[in-house]
Amino acid sequence: MILAKVTGNVVSTIKAPGYESRKILIVQPVTPGGKPLGRSFLAVDTVQAGTGDTVLVIEEGGSARMLMEEPGTFTVKSVIAGIVDDVLYDANS
Amino acid sequence: MKLGKVTGRVVCSTKIESFEGIKLLLVQPMDEHLVPYGDPLVAFDTIQSGTGDLVYYETSKEAGRVLETMMNPCDAAIVGIVDTIFTENNK
Repeated sequence: MILAKVTGNVVSTIKAPGYESRKILIVQPVTPGGKPLGRSFLAVDTVQAGTGDTVLVIEEGGSARMLMEEPGTFTVKSVIAGIVDDVLYDANS
Repeated sequence: MKLGKVTGRVVCSTKIESFEGIKLLLVQPMDEHLVPYGDPLVAFDTIQSGTGDLVYYETSKEAGRVLETMMNPCDAAIVGIVDTIFTENNK
C-alpha cells in the first residue's frame, strides 16, 4: 500500500464491465510528510474519498477485486482502501 | 490505472489465438494535465474507443481480465473513455 493525495476525479460514460457506478479519482503518491513522489495515476474509490484527502492506495489486482466484492472479469488493480487521518513518523529516521 | 490518448491502431493478421477478434490500439500515456510522457504502448480495447479518445487503461496481469476468458497473455487494456477530468487547478 502507498500513501497518496487525491488531486482530482475523472468522469466517464463508456467503461469496462465492473466499473459502472464506481468513482475514479486521480491520486498523486506522496511521502509521509506530504511531498509529491513520482507520477500520478488513477484509482477506484471504495471509501468516499474526495479531492484534497490523503488516502491509502492498494496497487494489486487480487486485493482490489476483494475490496470491490466483484470477482471475475473486473479489470482493476489500483483501489483506494482508506482515508488517512494522520501519519505519525520520525522524520529523522 | 493511467490516463492516455489513443493515437492509432495496430493491425496484425498473424497473432496468438486468444488475440483473435480483439482490437489493438496505440496509447500515449498522459498525465492529468494532458501532457504526454513516456513511450507509447499497445493495449486491448473492448469498449470501442478510437483514435483521438482520452482513455484510462490498466496494466500488468489484471489487463487480461477484460475478456471473458480472463487468463490472457495481455499486459495493457483500455477500461474507460474519459468525458471530463476535474483537478484542483481547473475545477
